[in-house]
Amino acid sequence: MLSQVESHLRSDRFPHIWCPGCGNGIVLSALVRAIEELGYDPDKTVVVSGIGCSSRAAGYLDFNTLHTTHGRALAFATGIKLARPELDVFVLMGDGDATAIGGNHFIHAARRNIDLTAIIFNNSIYGMTGGQYSPLTPPGKRATTAPYGNIERSFDIAELAKGAGATYVARATTYHATMLEKLIVAGARNKGFSVIEAITACPVGYGRRNKMGNGLQMLLWQKEQAVTVKQAEKMSPEELQDKIIIGELYRGEAPEYTAMYEEIIARTKGKNQ
Amino acid sequence: MAEALAIPRAIKIQVRQGWCKGCGICVALCPKEVLSLDGSGKVAVVNPDRCVGCGRCEIHCPDFAIGIEVKEQ
Ligand SMILES: Cc1ncc(C[n+]2csc(CCOP(=O)(O)OP(=O)(O)O)c2C)c(N)n1
Ligand code: SF4
Ligand code: SF4
Ligand code: SF4
Ligand SMILES: [Mg+2]
Repeated sequence: MLSQVESHLRSDRFPHIWCPGCGNGIVLSALVRAIEELGYDPDKTVVVSGIGCSSRAAGYLDFNTLHTTHGRALAFATGIKLARPELDVFVLMGDGDATAIGGNHFIHAARRNIDLTAIIFNNSIYGMTGGQYSPLTPPGKRATTAPYGNIERSFDIAELAKGAGATYVARATTYHATMLEKLIVAGARNKGFSVIEAITACPVGYGRRNKMGNGLQMLLWQKEQAVTVKQAEKMSPEELQDKIIIGELYRGEAPEYTAMYEEIIARTKGKNQ
Repeated sequence: MAEALAIPRAIKIQVRQGWCKGCGICVALCPKEVLSLDGSGKVAVVNPDRCVGCGRCEIHCPDFAIGIEVKEQ
């Protein structure tokens, strides 16, 4: 399998810059296997990312890649998809990238139901800038900007995406790497805005400060905390506290943005003739 | 099912030490103790014959340093 995966990597840029045990590489690996499984033409596959440790992922991929600015990956991706709707576009973002500075782009991409596949690397922290809390840092957890524990409630990315209008919403952890791969495949096949939240470890900026151990220990913690959608149905809200629900969380139906746009173009062209 | 298991398979374990950062994830997740970290803290294949080709090491390696190829013979 490595040779197939490697055919989509820019091998000359490896070893990558991520810290030992960082989960970003596991998400990247699942994405590559998913694209391989989808059988997409590499020349028609686009990967757009923002800024953050996780967003460095785009630079390691041998597709059409765009490493943009913090919080704006979805804005760039929207432009690409509108100009070239036939391309398959993946958008890689960190939790801070997608829900703090990029929060508005996120909800409006969902509201438009534009056919993009967004993968959010949720490591509960601003990894790249040294461990400031993000909108996904759980209450009570420590960050450089929350030395006594975070007093803010965190977003639920899945609920946020669903509420804003996304038509495919799923979550997996890096421990559940095969599930993550399958969810990316299903999300990419959805004709609309798809959000896949990948719970991933930042041992250096988050784990160490919160006494969660190294990358391996954080991976095993994900295994302990995760419950499948099926298991969660039988659990009370109290039992579900601090649990990570994994699997396909939501599928909806809505008109897709670029298709609507094409329709308008066709209609107005007809009028002008 | 016994028949399926009886199909001889050749498993190739490919490691790239230059990309390995010694996180130990593969070592801990391998169900058959095939892998270990060597003196320099990099992945090493110590029990290749025990490998069942499950691929857990490969999909969890954050550094693309292990590849498993299973060929039915
Ligand atoms: C406009 C702008 N504001 C702030 C920054 C500084 N900055 C870079 S990455 C980052 C946050 C990274 O956190 P996240 O998006 O969760 O990605 P991670 O590094 O955790 O993968 C910030 C605040 C920036 N590069 N640009
Ligand atoms: S700081 Fe955290 S997210 Fe960034 S590379 Fe290191 S472990 Fe990964
Ligand atoms: S494929 Fe499975 S058994 Fe073989 S080394 Fe990897 S984890 Fe161990
Ligand atoms: S999981 Fe990968 S990086 Fe970590 S020790 Fe094993 S081969 Fe090395
Ligand atoms: Mg982050």
